Amino acid sequence: MDQIQKTLLEEIAGLHEVPAGAYNIRANGSMAGRNTTANIDIVTKEDKQGIDIIIKPGTKNESVHIPVVLSQSGISEMVYNDFHIGDDCDVTIVAGCGIHNGGDKKSQHDGIHTFYIGKNCKVKYVEKHYGQGEGTGERIMNPETVINIDENSYMEMETVQIKGVDSTDRVTKARLADKASIKVIEKLVTHGKQYAKTYFEVELDGEDSSANVISRAVAKDDSYQVFLAKINGNNKCAGHSECDAIIMDNAKISAIPEITANNLDAQLIHEAAIGKIAGEQIVKLMTLGLTEAEAEEQIINGFLK
Amino acid sequence: MLELKNISFSVEENGKTKEILKDISLVIDDKKFVAITGPNGGGKSTLAKIIVGIEKPTSGQILFNGQDITDMSITDRAKLGMSYAFQQPVRFKGIRVKDLIKLAAGDGVSVSGACEYLSEVGLCARDYINREVDGSLSGGELKRIEIATIMARDTELSVFDEPEAGIDLWSFKNLIKVFEKMHEKEKTIIIISHQERILNIADEIIVVAAGQVTDMGTKDEILPKVLEGNTLDSCKYYKG
Repeated sequence: MDQIQKTLLEEIAGLHEVPAGAYNIRANGSMAGRNTTANIDIVTKEDKQGIDIIIKPGTKNESVHIPVVLSQSGISEMVYNDFHIGDDCDVTIVAGCGIHNGGDKKSQHDGIHTFYIGKNCKVKYVEKHYGQGEGTGERIMNPETVINIDENSYMEMETVQIKGVDSTDRVTKARLADKASIKVIEKLVTHGKQYAKTYFEVELDGEDSSANVISRAVAKDDSYQVFLAKINGNNKCAGHSECDAIIMDNAKISAIPEITANNLDAQLIHEAAIGKIAGEQIVKLMTLGLTEAEAEEQIINGFLK
Repeated sequence: MLELKNISFSVEENGKTKEILKDISLVIDDKKFVAITGPNGGGKSTLAKIIVGIEKPTSGQILFNGQDITDMSITDRAKLGMSYAFQQPVRFKGIRVKDLIKLAAGDGVSVSGACEYLSEVGLCARDYINREVDGSLSGGELKRIEIATIMARDTELSVFDEPEAGIDLWSFKNLIKVFEKMHEKEKTIIIISHQERILNIADEIIVVAAGQVTDMGTKDEILPKVLEGNTLDSCKYYKG
């Protein structure tokens, strides 16, 4: 693995070396490393690009890293990764994609991650997207995440895109059984002429299921973001979506929350707020000796924390 | 030493020019504790904002230690040694009390150092240090955190805009102690206040009404007049 790929890996997965536990590293369209453990197996799909990650029931305190890096300009790929998580597991899954585009051709990574989470599980899923490179070629990522959560399981999904992705169309769909819950935290920053669309769709099918979708977004320069969050309460359940966004320069943001109660006992809330950084926040930090630019940076860092 | 020379400030309102401050000149000597008082809407807060650079005067000149700072930014004035406690402290999403105190102190403050500032303003450091400076804090809590940031800055000049507003009686005693301690450290303090107990610990009192200094002098000279209501003709000023 070359230095550029190592840098990308560090950005998206915080990895300096190969990670502990199970992992599968995909670089420029092919496998660059894999490790399985007694409880976690990783198998290459035969009918299409991608892998199956199979986690045995009862697996606790283990992690799986499946980062993807593209450092060659002009690559376009579509990958299918399926996660089969047995009952009673407590695992962390770290995915993510880093693109370095040094050329003038488009580099694109599209992926569908499908989760089949068993009963009584606790799953943390972290996904980071990052782009860099001096080339004029576009860096495009379109991740789709399909989540099925069985009874009494909890999933926390943290999805982060801070820098360098020119265009992204992100789709997350979740279906929850009885007493299942999901928390999604999205952090998104766009700059330049970037475009980002986020679509969440949660079906609260199970009794006492719950969903909390939180998005913190910052749009700078001439970038454009669209946030759609749809929660359907199909049983006695609780759903909450929140989009909080800071807009700067000539950027534009649309937030379109939608909640549907298909059951009398569904309790659903949506919140959306878009605004520029409050002038008084900048002034306060300037009175502490920060420049206007430093003040903005602190405010945004805090907001995305 | 802070010197204001012929400071005027006006705003445009409904196509008309409204004068907020009219030709204010005053000198605040080093290490002095000066209270500015006067009726609401008289221009006290505007005066404080002009001192720290949040507002620019329409005319006049401000000198700090002999240097003309009239056109200097808020940041540069802060770096020169000025602090400002907001009347209504600002809320931030995601910025913790600890972060704000660290920003105020520069890089050099430890968590235990930050905790000491909180204890001095009567807040249990353990409960507050990791709280976000957001809507979850009450007005009184925010005020005290605001004062802790000013203590952390430890600058030559500190300007407080009505620090007592929203502070309960128990905390008020601590607040007085905080100001006395700053004064003992030979810092220059300017406090906008309506509270007799704060006016009572000042070296000097300046009365501002209808955009003008109507009276100024030592505490012993001015406080009795303020308490008797003889420093200004309120009808005259309230009639505008």
